[in-house]
Amino acid sequence: MNFTLEIWRQFDGSDEEDKGRFETFKVTDIDPDASILEMLDQLNERLSREKKRNIAFDSDCREGICGTCALVIDGTPHGPQQVTSCQTYMRDFIDGQTITIEPFRASTFPVVRDLAVDRGALDRVIQAGGYISTTTGPQPDPNAMPVAPEVQEKAMDAAICIGCGACVAACPNGAAMLFTGAKVTHLNVLPQGQPERESRVVGMVEQMDAEGFGGCTNYGECSRVCPQEISIDVIGMLNREYRKAKTKRKPKTEKAMSTQ
Amino acid sequence: MTALDSKIPPGPMPEKWQNWLDAHSLVGPRNRAGKNVIVIGTGLAGSSCAASLGAQGFKVKSFCFQDSPRRAHSIAAQGGINAAKDYANEGDSIRRLFADTMKGGDFRSREANVWRLAQLSQNIIDQAVAQGVPFNREYSGALATRSFGGVLVQRTFYTRGQTGQQLLLGAYSALEHQVAAGNVEVFNRHEMQDVVIVDGEARGVIVRNLVTGELERHAADAVVLASGGYTNVYYLSTNAMGSNVTATWRAHKRGAYFANPCYTQIHPTCIPQSGEYQSKLTLMSESLRNDGRIWVPRKAGDDRPPAEIPEAERYYYLEERYPAFGNLAPRDIASRAAKVVCDEGLGVGGTGRGVFLDFRDAIQDQGKDAIERKYGNLFEMYHRITGDDPYETPMMIYPAPHYAMGGLWVDYELQTTIPGLFAIGEANFSDHGANRLGASALMQCLADGYFVAPHTVTNHLAKKHDEVAVTDSAFDQVEGDVREHIQKLIDVGGSTSAQAFHREMGHVMLDKCGMSRTAEGLDEALTEVRRIKADFYSDLRVDPGDEEFNQSLEYANRVSDFFELGELMIHDARRREESCGGHFREEHQTDDGEALRDDDHYAKVTAWEYEGDNPVPHDEDLNFEEVKLATRSYK
Repeated sequence: MNFTLEIWRQFDGSDEEDKGRFETFKVTDIDPDASILEMLDQLNERLSREKKRNIAFDSDCREGICGTCALVIDGTPHGPQQVTSCQTYMRDFIDGQTITIEPFRASTFPVVRDLAVDRGALDRVIQAGGYISTTTGPQPDPNAMPVAPEVQEKAMDAAICIGCGACVAACPNGAAMLFTGAKVTHLNVLPQGQPERESRVVGMVEQMDAEGFGGCTNYGECSRVCPQEISIDVIGMLNREYRKAKTKRKPKTEKAMSTQ
Repeated sequence: MTALDSKIPPGPMPEKWQNWLDAHSLVGPRNRAGKNVIVIGTGLAGSSCAASLGAQGFKVKSFCFQDSPRRAHSIAAQGGINAAKDYANEGDSIRRLFADTMKGGDFRSREANVWRLAQLSQNIIDQAVAQGVPFNREYSGALATRSFGGVLVQRTFYTRGQTGQQLLLGAYSALEHQVAAGNVEVFNRHEMQDVVIVDGEARGVIVRNLVTGELERHAADAVVLASGGYTNVYYLSTNAMGSNVTATWRAHKRGAYFANPCYTQIHPTCIPQSGEYQSKLTLMSESLRNDGRIWVPRKAGDDRPPAEIPEAERYYYLEERYPAFGNLAPRDIASRAAKVVCDEGLGVGGTGRGVFLDFRDAIQDQGKDAIERKYGNLFEMYHRITGDDPYETPMMIYPAPHYAMGGLWVDYELQTTIPGLFAIGEANFSDHGANRLGASALMQCLADGYFVAPHTVTNHLAKKHDEVAVTDSAFDQVEGDVREHIQKLIDVGGSTSAQAFHREMGHVMLDKCGMSRTAEGLDEALTEVRRIKADFYSDLRVDPGDEEFNQSLEYANRVSDFFELGELMIHDARRREESCGGHFREEHQTDDGEALRDDDHYAKVTAWEYEGDNPVPHDEDLNFEEVKLATRSYK
């Protein structure tokens, strides 16, 4: 298959204040079963032969689970198939077509170079409460705290988030509500997550705001591009948990301590 | 030369670890914040180790080359994690998990380490559940288990087909919790380049900031390598694109012995290669072998659609050759059997290098819903990648390089031959012998990271250490060496990408030092790898600019180490004149084509000392008290 590629280039050494631009490449004889990343590999091999600078892009596992790859393909994060970029195959495109390839777009994801972005903001949202504060050591027997399969299923449906950030890149507001909602849902439905249920959601939401992620106005684009098909219900859960946590009176001891 | 002292503690096998714990040195809570530890890698072993040391109050710096610690390749493990819990009431026990692991490893692992692993397996599940890892549950709410290759009990815990992901996210969340607590600092997009040794002890590292290209110096009282395995030496493998040997290899060149490099695992159930453009191979979980039946047509060149091939003309070769274990034969045996039938011309698919994994009977017996509940996401993944629907037509699979049993030599404390330098998880050689059983990698990584290294590293930290500043001349020298190597790669100024050389070397390694090896082939491989390496240093092209984000340079830097490792693997495979586990020498096989061990001469670990082109082997004898050496039979 043959394609014309419009690829975003930025910070490739030419200019400190580089605002970025598209560069056009023609590629020929691409196997329909090659992934879009394998097509970029081939292009980079060619650029090396031509002694031209390679195109920077992130990828690692190339099987859809690590969440590293992050291309906007023809205007959609991860492209048309609702799978990760690495699982987008050239057979999904029309021979001879022009394909535009850009980095994930969000003010919270600054471009590192070309198609690679910095998603450290998502790690910082997790640091603000996306865990159960247990430390290594003897733990209770797991079967002493049974978890009904439907609860496990609900936790797992949210826990499968790969943290790629496509939800943020797709959202017109640049919101990270699907990402944060997924983690809050995973931990807040499990019995182990109950003690920190409120501090978790408040901490994570405040960190989202501090990072500059936008708010949710129900576009639904996040769930539509999510390669793990995480349901927008997790945002409802996030909102409910946050409202409950904020409206609940502070426990007496904490109040007493804060007035001392 | 360093004498190999495995430091196995005294006492009966079940008491050894407790005896060690009771005797080791401690660091008081008030003194811990003054002790610094560097952990390289944030997979299951690295994240769990950094989080555990941080929680104890030590100051930890954690490094990963990925853009976030959550991306480490442990995330891709699918099937499950073993633990001797006996929830299924089958009479499972620590001894049985120990014995299965010893036998699975073809009696080439150290008993005391494996026993400790089996003991700690129980704690791992408890720890993960407490972190919120959503393991599959039975209707009662109790944890569910299933069976895996090479064993006759159901001791494997799982979260659908994404067990590695959920366990890693558990360890990652523990790590981020410690970051929030101020005990751990994470440096992402930082790759270790070398270890710095002062007065004979590991006291720091040189890392490259992959965004700016700057070389940074970090000093510490101990360094832990949790940088994973090296099967990307084969180019195409189930590893991630970035998985590499650089951290352990550079440590090897500074004096850490490298043990059993020829023990690599070629996993039987992967999606076959379809073209030259391909950048990696995708594993399909071994758990599929619980219900899928593996076969090829009895007649070579039978190109009828699989559904039209009648039962009598199907060769269920694993079931016929290994009736007791059938499709659940261990990985090395299942892989080699697939190679044998394909070599005989019975293989299927475009390249003839494939076998069927068929769910027709399981769907008939259990219903499509039951199969979907167990394997839904795996079936979807297969469908996505190949375009074939496994509910309708059998999957096609073929073995692919997957896991490295070899790694840095470590003693019982997981310390390398360089004091203060530890290696955990897949980066060390310790627990899997010559072949790893399914669902044991996650177990070993987390046992090392949560429950072993935090204590053995503490034991080292309890010793008095002089302050070492990053201005020390040792840092100057090592940083200079690193800078020189990077400059050398840039200065070649040729016109071929590192990927092209990597592909060429990988082909040689897989062909001659892969599933099946001969003395002659290994000798040829050594010549070929050296030739490709010479070409690499005469025609490599990387983008100019070492002080910037330069992925072509990162890649070439990793490939340069794979060449050297490849040579050592060949030396090791050449020297081991026997067949065991993943190391199959065609000269050493039984009449019916099974691996033939030579316990009299090779019941030992080979630990290699770096000496340029002439590495020096050292042997650690393996002693067996709890298992009887036996020919490994799965018939």
